[in-house]
Amino acid sequence: MDRYGMQNQIACIRRSLFDQGYLDEQFIQLEELQDDANPNFVQEIVTLFYTDSTRLIQNIELTLTSRPTNFSKLDDYMHQFKGSSSSIGAKKVTSECAVFRQYCAAGNAEACIRSFQHIKQEHAILRKKLEFYFQMMGQAAVAQTT
Amino acid sequence: MSGNGASSSSLNMISGEDVVNNNLSALVVDDSPLLRLLHDIHLKKYGLKVQVAENGKVAVDLFHLGASFDLVLMDKEMPVMNGVEATKELRAMGVTSMIVGVTSKNGPGEQQAFMEAGLDYCFEKPLTPEIISFLLEELNKHNNKN
Repeated sequence: MDRYGMQNQIACIRRSLFDQGYLDEQFIQLEELQDDANPNFVQEIVTLFYTDSTRLIQNIELTLTSRPTNFSKLDDYMHQFKGSSSSIGAKKVTSECAVFRQYCAAGNAEACIRSFQHIKQEHAILRKKLEFYFQMMGQAAVAQTT
Repeated sequence: MSGNGASSSSLNMISGEDVVNNNLSALVVDDSPLLRLLHDIHLKKYGLKVQVAENGKVAVDLFHLGASFDLVLMDKEMPVMNGVEATKELRAMGVTSMIVGVTSKNGPGEQQAFMEAGLDYCFEKPLTPEIISFLLEELNKHNNKN
């Protein structure tokens, strides 16, 4: 694929992430913070998010299996998760986190468990899409220098 | 004053006259490495010298050691010492820096309790370019008076 074809493909991938509701305007603000002084800023932030959120997922899973259910702890973890998700513009993940917190507030453990499956699903889908997007951007950067 | 950090203006809309502040310093206090990096880069983009602290105690210790900052971004929920306690301590020490609370919990009661600890402002995280511009304008006004 030539350089322009690759750039077009990257633009399409990026547009679809917004059109399909995976990302919101917060991601654009991250992109605007990226510059020559911080050329990989977006990827660094996203990597940090996945490191941090993986830890939170493990903590939440452990807490969900404990009896009695510690809804206060669950809410604290999910508050952190929601904060991080919204900071990178992960729209669907953030929405699912909000739903989880509602079930937490209602003390509904079964619904929390179901909601958490949705969160993990959206978290994994977004990760794959962003990994592909960054991979394409990396290839385009290499193509530009050759 | 409290505010909502969810608006969408682009950094590109901010003119060069507005906001490059080479003499201002900021301390970002947050237990999330992602939020620390995000606010760090964001403030540096406006020309501020930035330090970070991972909890309220680290922030308070910095001031005890003689550090001073024009602006403190203070997360609310942190381990060891949370934002409310840290803000109270800093004000009790006589710290007159602008302290801005950043929180992802939306309840008005939560923000009020945080404000009463001694904040100048409280916003939802992450801070947007408009909010940072507003804070820097307020800082400049304050510095011009002195």
